[in-house]
Amino acid sequence: MSKKIQIALTVNGEAHDILAEPRELLIYVLRERLNITGPHVGCETSHCGACTVTLNGKSVKSCTMFATQADGAEITTIEGLGSPDSLHALQEAFREHHGLQCGFCTPGMITRAVRLLEENPNPTEEDVRFGMAGNLCRCTGYQNIVKSVLAAASDINTAKEAAQ
Amino acid sequence: MNDLTPDRDDRVAKLKGLGCSRKRVEDARFTQGKGNYVDDIKMPDMLHGDFVRSPYAHARVVSIDASAALALDGVVAVLTAKDLEPLGLHWMPTLAGDKQMVLADGKVLFQGQEVAYVVARNRYVAADAVELVEVEYEELEVLVDPFKALQSDVTLREDIAGETSGAHGERRHPNHIFLWEEGDKAATEQVIDSADVVAEEMIYYHRTHPCPLETCGCVASMDKVNGKLTLYGTFQAPHVVRTVASLLSGIEEHNIRVVSPDIGGGFGNKVGVYPGYVCSIVASIVTGKPVKWVEDRMDNLMATAFARDYWMKGRISATKDGKITALEAKVTADHGAFDACADPTKFPAGFFHICTGSYDIPVAYVGVDGVYTNKAPGGVAYRCSFRVTEAAYFIERMIEVLAIELGMDAAELRRINFIREDQFPYQSALGWEYDSGDYHTAWDKALAAVGYDGLRAEQAEQLAAFKRGETRKLMGIGLSFFTEIVGAGPVKNCDILGMGMFDSCEIRIHPTGSAIARLGTISQGQGHATTFAQILASEIGIPADSITIEEGDTDTAPYGLGTYGSRSTPVAGAATALAGRKIRAKAQMIAAYLLEVHDNDVEFDVDRFVVKGAPERFKTMAEIAYAAYHQAIPGVEPGLEAVSYYDPPNMTYPFGAYICVMDVDVDTGEAHIRQVYALDDCGTRINPMVIEGQVHGGLTEAYAIAMAQEMAYDDMGNCKTATLMDFFLPTTWETPHYTTDHTETPSPHHPIGAKGVGESPNVGGVPAFSNAVHDALRPFGLRQLHMPHDHWRIWKAANDLGLHD
Repeated sequence: MSKKIQIALTVNGEAHDILAEPRELLIYVLRERLNITGPHVGCETSHCGACTVTLNGKSVKSCTMFATQADGAEITTIEGLGSPDSLHALQEAFREHHGLQCGFCTPGMITRAVRLLEENPNPTEEDVRFGMAGNLCRCTGYQNIVKSVLAAASDINTAKEAAQ
Repeated sequence: MNDLTPDRDDRVAKLKGLGCSRKRVEDARFTQGKGNYVDDIKMPDMLHGDFVRSPYAHARVVSIDASAALALDGVVAVLTAKDLEPLGLHWMPTLAGDKQMVLADGKVLFQGQEVAYVVARNRYVAADAVELVEVEYEELEVLVDPFKALQSDVTLREDIAGETSGAHGERRHPNHIFLWEEGDKAATEQVIDSADVVAEEMIYYHRTHPCPLETCGCVASMDKVNGKLTLYGTFQAPHVVRTVASLLSGIEEHNIRVVSPDIGGGFGNKVGVYPGYVCSIVASIVTGKPVKWVEDRMDNLMATAFARDYWMKGRISATKDGKITALEAKVTADHGAFDACADPTKFPAGFFHICTGSYDIPVAYVGVDGVYTNKAPGGVAYRCSFRVTEAAYFIERMIEVLAIELGMDAAELRRINFIREDQFPYQSALGWEYDSGDYHTAWDKALAAVGYDGLRAEQAEQLAAFKRGETRKLMGIGLSFFTEIVGAGPVKNCDILGMGMFDSCEIRIHPTGSAIARLGTISQGQGHATTFAQILASEIGIPADSITIEEGDTDTAPYGLGTYGSRSTPVAGAATALAGRKIRAKAQMIAAYLLEVHDNDVEFDVDRFVVKGAPERFKTMAEIAYAAYHQAIPGVEPGLEAVSYYDPPNMTYPFGAYICVMDVDVDTGEAHIRQVYALDDCGTRINPMVIEGQVHGGLTEAYAIAMAQEMAYDDMGNCKTATLMDFFLPTTWETPHYTTDHTETPSPHHPIGAKGVGESPNVGGVPAFSNAVHDALRPFGLRQLHMPHDHWRIWKAANDLGLHD
């Protein structure tokens, strides 16, 4: 074991000072030190995306990043996207369009989709299929996930227009 | 109480009962990151377990030195077979009547086998300690080919070397497990040997893996003060796990509580009992602390249950005009190092003898040889009923080969051989009684939907263009018509470790008219909390939104055999309906008393009992529930509860017609899917939205299996596909778009006519994709190409056919 290092993370708007080993992966710091269990571990090799979080405005697979590399970062997980009284449009859309089944990939999937729509507010189906290809789902066959993301894009844009 | 929705249609709609696309109640927690999966469970002083695994596929274990590991700060214990032996736990029984090493006892038989179990303060220290355990091996000759294993002088299972019979009869070689036969062998041979037309083919359904996104795991917690063991885990059959845990550990069953929390997909992978569970329980008993074990992805792919691996030698005969006269299947089944197949006890090859499929075949024979090799144990039903995918693939390939032999269109060949609607209930040559079906209607609807004749014309044009050198792509039309057999099963035929395969539901109606129902099954994404409430809503007139469905806690749920083989709806769904009817029967007596009429003078109507002929006089179910707890009713016990244990009289037989259209690029080996059409008939449809989701998911698994997914081994028994880099799981990018459709032929013996659907798309999908590849290359002489049809194999097939010359 190696000496622990002090790191500072802001997760879902809350600041944390954490002592972690240099080898500790970000996903385990989130899950085991901060009890943020929305992001999951599916492969530990960056393939499945169940651990996806937003880190400094980018989608990141937190299973293949050391927590120390995230020192000073702003992180958003599924828990930070909406509240029970005010769900994010994507959380609503996934339920509405049956975009999930077992739910294990869902936190990573929605977290990635939120970034995708920030990067591209008017995606085509092809854009969504390309932009979500880093997140695996074993249950849904993706068709309803794609539908959910496209529907959320439309909902978000409609809400924006209404606000203007 | 006033009825606020006097209109009957409104009252029906308010229930959100059978047939509506009710949104899922599970989704609120899953979309907000509030699911509770086994790795989310955290207990005070919890320790972490990890395995030292064998790098060799076959080797003697000469010595194990754990001293360096034990010296590491944070390591609590290292268990080996020697530690488990005094407890009798170094081996464990498998579901298939064999036994399996929990930890390597003298030798290892597959790469990734569990050799020692390290217990440490956290998962990082446990992983460090695994590296420090020194194991000396002496390599032995490796057998990965089941045919060679049956010829070899090398005995894999020395523990049973001298035993000439096993759980399923005679063993004719030390590496032979069983020969299981069904049907009339002599009569089948006679018909085939004298037939006008015979097609013969070896069809391999390769080894693959269910690979749920969440791996297997558990948390074992022994409370020594109260003598209670709690086991949380990814169990598709929690009650069976409790019974097995009790039998193995000697802890009385009432002192064991097994809990399946949210499960991140199962697909058959989470049916069995694995060494990780046994070692975690032992470790918790030894240390007095909770112990968590969660596989990583490599562990999951290398060591916990694989699926398929069937070599199926088939012969099918027909008259000159295409009427099938007999079918023969001789199967060599590679079961790996231990026979750990998850099948009902009496069926070592599962329900493979559904392989006469959807066709009226007068005589048939099936013989399956189970064989030991140096590969991981398993043989589970990967999103299918027991060995039904293998059977469906076999017959749907044999039909295609026969069509070539006859020079007949494969759609027409199917049509003229389908079991006719008037033949149901249909007795198959291999002993099944098909409950209901209307295959011709489904087939005609499917062919019309895709424009079959037009597709064939287009295919012919494209072939002509290919021959003129204008394109390098060939069009393939993949046909598949499948009949599943699900819902195991009648207790008289089907058991797991002696436990009859019934299932159960217990309902409690609360005084204010809401309810909780508990079942013996466990959802892994199927949406039971949503759909079982719908069944109940229609049965008892309480809105689905006012019914909680709870599963997976053996302390509270009634005993059940769990969720796999599409059995939840056929068995537990039936128990739910029947328990609901018991509630209704008592409610009828209460209503009659309240309305001051005879029991027979009231009738159920949506959400109330009304006086016959006087619909303005009624009591709603909410009023009846209130009365059940608040009023003394002569001759009626207080309360409103019911329990039903359902033993189905037969299996259910869902069916469907799937068609895939693709373009195969002969130069790159790529297959571009143009269209996938899936018509399912799962009997009564409980929630169309959930059904469609199940079909999409199953088709995607079928697509993966047919086109690229496999568990591959080299000659040394090294597993070549133990990461998601090598083991194909399709992404959004490759996954095709699906069109779903349905017909509805209810099961005559199921209380609500439902048949189950979750696994149909995997069963029917694989032949549709595979047949499309074959169909594209058929004009150049391709008869049989083993799956998976990845780019390399398609390119190679095209090359072998001279298409690159």
